[in-house]
Amino acid sequence: MPPALCALCKTERALIKRPKNYQKLCKSCFIRIFEDEVHHTITSSQLFFPGEKVAIGASGGKDSTVLASVLKTLNERHNYGVELILLSIDEGIKGYRDDSLETVKRNAVQYDMPLKIVGYDELYGWTMDQVVETIGKKGNCTYCGVFRRQALDRGAKMLGIKHVVTGHNADDVAETVLMNLLRGDLPRLSRSTSIVTGSDASEVKRSKPLKYSYEKEIVLYAHHKKLDYFSTECIYSPEAFRGSARSLIKNLEKVRPSAILDVVRSGEDMARLVPGAAPSSCACDGKATPNQTPADEDNIGGCGSSNGRTNGGEMAAMEKRLRENEAAEAAGLETEITAEKPKARSQDKPNPTNGQLKTAGTTVPIRLKQKLGTCEKCGYMSSQKLCQACMLLESLNKNRPEITI
Amino acid sequence: MSTATETVPAPTQVEIPKISIDVEFTGGLEMLFSDQRRHTISLPAANKDGKPATIADLIHYLCEHTMKDARKDLFVLQDHLRPGILVLINDADWELEGEEAYEIQAGDNILFVSTLHGG
Ligand SMILES: [Zn+2]
Repeated sequence: MPPALCALCKTERALIKRPKNYQKLCKSCFIRIFEDEVHHTITSSQLFFPGEKVAIGASGGKDSTVLASVLKTLNERHNYGVELILLSIDEGIKGYRDDSLETVKRNAVQYDMPLKIVGYDELYGWTMDQVVETIGKKGNCTYCGVFRRQALDRGAKMLGIKHVVTGHNADDVAETVLMNLLRGDLPRLSRSTSIVTGSDASEVKRSKPLKYSYEKEIVLYAHHKKLDYFSTECIYSPEAFRGSARSLIKNLEKVRPSAILDVVRSGEDMARLVPGAAPSSCACDGKATPNQTPADEDNIGGCGSSNGRTNGGEMAAMEKRLRENEAAEAAGLETEITAEKPKARSQDKPNPTNGQLKTAGTTVPIRLKQKLGTCEKCGYMSSQKLCQACMLLESLNKNRPEITI
Repeated sequence: MSTATETVPAPTQVEIPKISIDVEFTGGLEMLFSDQRRHTISLPAANKDGKPATIADLIHYLCEHTMKDARKDLFVLQDHLRPGILVLINDADWELEGEEAYEIQAGDNILFVSTLHGG
């Protein structure tokens, strides 16, 4: 097979076949187009403003390392004028973060960025190892994910930073869309597709500049730019359901690579059908939307490991509790509304495929988040009396073993 | 996993020509291969059907001879490479080279990268 030439420069040998459009590219054209597309996402969603301090949630893994590298490049190339800081979380899992934190420390030097490491112990009084001692090995991703989400926000606050960017990629978003679809949770599906979450003036804004970037291209970008990243498998098991969703995504990609972005776009389109949801493709009017919500734990993606070989019984139980709590709260804070189109009532033709969330004569209630309060305990943005972290902490603290240090 | 490869060479004892290649595992896959990123592999130049060795043959070989970890399903599913693992053949995406059907040449560098691991 004669080597294919790059579709753009037509001189260099093609080394990459892009999953989104099968385009064959050489190394330097690929790197350039990858960066250009992230730049497009950033500018079309108006993610940054000049002088803004932005914390990059950095784990030392491929996604956040690529994010840091690309943002540094684009910030210099296009004069965003943002101040980039690496923010890392130490969950307190003995041995687990040692290598990844070392990687982040090297990244700080390589990218000439300041680095702040925040520990679960200082934020919550619990390391993940202590959590595991208390609740056992299964079901940790819930704790870890909920704690991690707030840890980034709280760490950012400590630094006086109001914007945290994370390395969530198109595969992550597609996975979350599928999970919420399979759960029948349209409101959450809607939230999970938006590029910006939690951008209340007083709170920390979250965004995902790599939302449209394929995981495959992120890995290839890291490879061809010889980025220094660390791969690990979370030693605690991932949630089985997430693992299944991830496998499904990867299997779909194998058969039809465009499926990943198609799922992301379908998620965005479905989000528009949810009343009150922000238009997901542009975040410029973020403050004006009535639906500012904290990022879901689903957005966090646990530890990214996808084996799904263990099924976390306790995790499922905790998830169930979280959901029940949320549902109870929904009764108070959320209004049942109906996708209305009253005139379509008893009209002539049945119209099952009109793109509405209802068929003729049937109304489908859609939960709509009306407002957000703050957690009674910690003041973190929450639709419930207690935020998820405080709820988990409460149950943990009841079970705290007698440890003397 | 195919069982034939182990038994075929025994009766004839003819020296099968080998090709030497460099195989690398990254992105977390090295954990399945004795925590070692680089492996020099002497691969039989022909498979059991007498055809030139391909990536598919290499994957079988790695499973049977190189991988000590019992979790084969993290590398191979249903006799094919697990979706989510990328292969670079001399730095080129294997999708440009015929994927599993690519015929391995002496001196090739074959890189397996997992996209499945977090960090
Ligand atoms: Zn080119």
